[in-house]
Amino acid sequence: MIPAPFDYVRPSDLDGALRILAEREGDAKILSGGYSLLPLLKLRLAQPALLVDLRDVAGLDGIVETDDELRIGARATHRRIHEHTIITSRYPLLRDVAGGIGDPQVRNWGTIGGSCAHADPASDWPALLLAARARLVCRSGSGEREIAAREFFLDTFTTAIAPTEVLTEIRIPRRGKGVGGGYTKLERRAGDFATAGVCTVLRLGDDGRIAGSGVGITGVAETPFAATDAEAALIGAAPSDETFRSAGAAAAAQSRPSADIRGPVDYKRAMIAELTVRSLRTAVERALAWRG
Amino acid sequence: MGHSVKRKEDPRFIRGQGEYIDDVNLPGQLWLDIVRSPYAHATIKGIDASEALKVPGVLAVITGKDLEGYKLHWMPTLAGDMQMVLPTDTVMYQAQEVAAVIATSRYAAADGIAAVLVDYEPLPVVIDPFKSLDADAPILRPDRGPDKQTNRIWHWESGDEAKADAALADAEVRIEEDIYIPRIHVASIETCGCVADWNPVRQQLTLHMTSQAPHAIRTVLALVAAGAGLPISEQNIRVKTHDIGGGFGGKVPVYPGYVLAVAASFLIGKPVKWIEDRSENLQADSFARDYHIHAELGATKEGKITGLKVRTIADHGYSDAAADPSKFPAGLFNVITGSYDFPNAFVEVDGVYTNKPPGGVAYRCSFRVTEAVHAIERMVDILAHDIGKDPAQLRMENFIQPEQFPYKSPTGWEYDSGNYPVALQKAMDIIDYPGLRKEQAEKRARGELMGIGICSFTEIVGAGPSHDFDIIGLKMNDGCEIRVHPTGKVLARIGSQTQGQGHETTYAQIIAEELGFPVADIKIEYGDTDTAPYGLGTYGSRSTPTSGASTAMASRKIKDKARKLAAHLLEASEDDLEWINGKFFVKGSPERAKTIQEIAFAAYTNFPQGMEMGLEAVDYYDPPNLTFPFGSYICVVDIDKGTGEVHVRRFVAVDDCGNVINPMIVDGQIHGGLTMGLAPALYEEIRYDENGNNLAGTFMDYLLPTAIETPAWELDKTVTPSPHHPIGAKGVGESATVGAPPAIANAVVDALWHLGVRNIDIPITPPKVWAILHDKGIA
Amino acid sequence: MTTHHVTLTVNGEALEADVEPRLLLVHLLRENFGLTGTHIGCDTSNCGACTVHVNGESAKSCTMLAVQADGASVRTIEGMADGATLHPLQQAFWDQHGLQCGFCTPGMIMQAAWLLGENNDPSEDEIRHGISGNLCRCTGYVNIVKAIQQAAGTMAESASAPVDGQAVAAG
Repeated sequence: MIPAPFDYVRPSDLDGALRILAEREGDAKILSGGYSLLPLLKLRLAQPALLVDLRDVAGLDGIVETDDELRIGARATHRRIHEHTIITSRYPLLRDVAGGIGDPQVRNWGTIGGSCAHADPASDWPALLLAARARLVCRSGSGEREIAAREFFLDTFTTAIAPTEVLTEIRIPRRGKGVGGGYTKLERRAGDFATAGVCTVLRLGDDGRIAGSGVGITGVAETPFAATDAEAALIGAAPSDETFRSAGAAAAAQSRPSADIRGPVDYKRAMIAELTVRSLRTAVERALAWRG
Repeated sequence: MGHSVKRKEDPRFIRGQGEYIDDVNLPGQLWLDIVRSPYAHATIKGIDASEALKVPGVLAVITGKDLEGYKLHWMPTLAGDMQMVLPTDTVMYQAQEVAAVIATSRYAAADGIAAVLVDYEPLPVVIDPFKSLDADAPILRPDRGPDKQTNRIWHWESGDEAKADAALADAEVRIEEDIYIPRIHVASIETCGCVADWNPVRQQLTLHMTSQAPHAIRTVLALVAAGAGLPISEQNIRVKTHDIGGGFGGKVPVYPGYVLAVAASFLIGKPVKWIEDRSENLQADSFARDYHIHAELGATKEGKITGLKVRTIADHGYSDAAADPSKFPAGLFNVITGSYDFPNAFVEVDGVYTNKPPGGVAYRCSFRVTEAVHAIERMVDILAHDIGKDPAQLRMENFIQPEQFPYKSPTGWEYDSGNYPVALQKAMDIIDYPGLRKEQAEKRARGELMGIGICSFTEIVGAGPSHDFDIIGLKMNDGCEIRVHPTGKVLARIGSQTQGQGHETTYAQIIAEELGFPVADIKIEYGDTDTAPYGLGTYGSRSTPTSGASTAMASRKIKDKARKLAAHLLEASEDDLEWINGKFFVKGSPERAKTIQEIAFAAYTNFPQGMEMGLEAVDYYDPPNLTFPFGSYICVVDIDKGTGEVHVRRFVAVDDCGNVINPMIVDGQIHGGLTMGLAPALYEEIRYDENGNNLAGTFMDYLLPTAIETPAWELDKTVTPSPHHPIGAKGVGESATVGAPPAIANAVVDALWHLGVRNIDIPITPPKVWAILHDKGIA
Repeated sequence: MTTHHVTLTVNGEALEADVEPRLLLVHLLRENFGLTGTHIGCDTSNCGACTVHVNGESAKSCTMLAVQADGASVRTIEGMADGATLHPLQQAFWDQHGLQCGFCTPGMIMQAAWLLGENNDPSEDEIRHGISGNLCRCTGYVNIVKAIQQAAGTMAESASAPVDGQAVAAG
């Protein structure tokens, strides 16, 4: 499998990249790690005229915590996230997600930004960003804007990034007291895209009840989505398997799976219900253990 | 023999210096890439190559019409059917070859195929082999003779139907089951490819290719060329295989790409390279299995089996491109009575055409033994559960007993040797079978799903004796030629091929055992038809039974001559000489001895008058019988009730492949074979949608197990030599792939039997298990 | 179509080529530089036969463009042995029968080398996860795992062995 021909540029800074995107609006594509884009190029499913490689653009792979946010540069690799001390010490959910993507080689080179911009309907990061109510920062020649994760993933392989924009950063609310998350996915084999995946983030109030909830789902719709009905079902409830099961049922009902080689519709819905329960168990365990 | 000698071939592989087909590049070489059909059945209304010919680097586009002029648009298969090289009017499966683009580079050829425009008119697609036999189904192969205007390719049967029917009618217990063994693909990590090099001046065709059977390929090419009136004759055809990155049966057939590369090289007069990509490999190369089995088993109420009747529909796709011996279109499927002693059996198989790529080749088992073993081992397990007898006990009570060998089976095979109870008992001891049953009972009481599965298989390999076995008329005997050089170093050439089995090491061990040369002094060559003796190649675990035997027999011919030379050198009578550890010595005078190296030197320097110079021998071995390796496997699975996932917790494999040449290599073969049994049991399947689209056309969806899914296999062995093989060996490559799937399937069904589950067809995927659990109110 | 001039350090040697932007790194290595030890087994980044190190990180060279590796240091299977002395992983794959057809072996060894660089004493489970992006059809992975364990042991020994009479830190 050989890609169709294209041109290639490797600007040395972000402004240079943005200038090229503005000039070549629509027929340029950003290249980050390449592990999402290259398979599409080789299958000739994507045939851009120009690839803009961000390799030499510095400053896009930082991982920092501000007072209220965890900020991850779009070019941070899955592996960098998995191993970063901020993540290993305070964000086991991100560590789980990053460590479960693809295989080691994919994690060495694939980036969180590339994965999000690619927007595969079964990819992992979107589920987390949706559950955690993250925001994604996009820069163009005319400035910077933040897009809520819940307004970012529009359709299969389609996001809210404009053709003249570069996704530069992911901003996740800083983990506060009583917050925990879980990500549970079902794959047919190691390295497979998820048949179904559920990411949950919970905040337990001082009374032990669920004060905040986020449920992000992948693999069972045209794009990853937030299971808002499940989130609503959790709010105010005391954590219990019964609560989790009703949230799972709500998440399953909100899913829009299609039957394919990974399984029939009823199976996928049932998996969302089951994975939601398992994910919530982990989330609660972590929330209880995290006193901020 | 019996030593774990480190492999002689490894130094080049571990340094990246293996020479696989894509590593072969010739001066002036062109590239061939293939336009493939998006439809499973369609009329080709036109092919427009004009845009493709404008692509920089593209030199030519070849279509079926072009080949028709040379009568090269169809070619024979090894099963005696015909297969298209390129279609002139109709495509018969999705991804079928439609046109070939020749270009100056790999990339230009890829651009060229994207620019070829083909106008198709879709036709009704026949995917279900049962529907293919309906009276109103379209005839898929109108090219066949007037008496063959049916989608039934052939009908084959074995055993005594009346006796089997009577046994079933009289049986106290009678069970029947539909068992489907799905289509799978060997997916060796190296795909197929070739470099065809026609030299018009020398009139020489050198075909560098990935083939498990280079001599057969040479002969087929010669026959096809003669049929087409081309000036390519067999003495001027040289097939070279180089190193092969896995075969498993997928590299036995002749694929259209090979013929296209040869045709292109012939037309253009330059070397032409064709390398499949993975999608082409998974969508267009020949497939294995695809057997729809209906089995009926009769027994006494105590569980003694009395009769078996099996009816099977074999989906061969649009062409029968299997590599089965001529008399056995369903391979050795009638070994289906397995390891059990009962008198009445009848088997029938119908081969059927559908709009799929050619099926019926191997997946680490060429001759339908996997399908047979799966059926009998599932049926025996169902019988045991039905009558409430432990499946191990029921097997013990039905086994052919050691003293019954050689054992004549009701379908006509003569099993050479075996000791089934010992192998099963050993596996039970290793895994603590009673302990597992106790654990299972406790878990079941707690609602947990755990299963234990047994498979006691009997293999049938080493095809085969010339009175019964041929492929397109070629007898399935294999040669070995040994030359001992004056300094006592050995060059041996074999007719079989290696694609990972380690023949460079094991054949050297056979010669070392027979003649006393150190393994390091013996070089084994194969895979060049100009130099290697004829042979039908390596598949169906036949190398050791055939080429291994000829290697031993050629060694013995050399030893015979060496004895004469030694007698001459020692001035003794041949009858007074004894052979120990690579030396002939005069009985009673161990100091009067000549080493094999001294004898070799004398063969060129000091041989008796009247004797031919040199120390060489050739042997073509015609095996008197097949060999019957066997084993007992026990598998333990745990099932996740929430997701339907099956986890193989333990797997104990006790194998018996007769005398072992190199235990390390045999263990490696079993590890790999088990993994290729795990794969179709739980993960791999080539599935088609109703339009005939292959749904598993890349490694993203055709799920080879990784190191994570693969359990740490636990091996042991028993040794029951083959009484008729020169060194008592039996062959081992495919045993584990044959034996593992039913062990796993039996374990899963065992975990679910109390819920009313009798059979689950492989691959046993989470959605299948979940659907059952959901149905039974468990999930 | 433009061509790009790329310069890479491959196994310590500076190599350069003029390439189309779409040229895959694996083809640059195999066809431009003649380093055919790196193999191609799929197209979809599943099999890992094409694994090499790029700037010390294991990568699937069929899923990287040659131009992306411009300026990088690349290590392939051909750069593992030190003359006649095999790399401990090469030796271990040989000793433990960690290969059969040999096609996945270069990628497997390169991935294992990266893994041992990250974790010099991996558990069996960590090894299995570490090579989960590399498919082998012949060995069932059993002996590959053993080989990596052997190499880890050898490398730990040589790292802690005194060199020229001086003790060196084990890292």
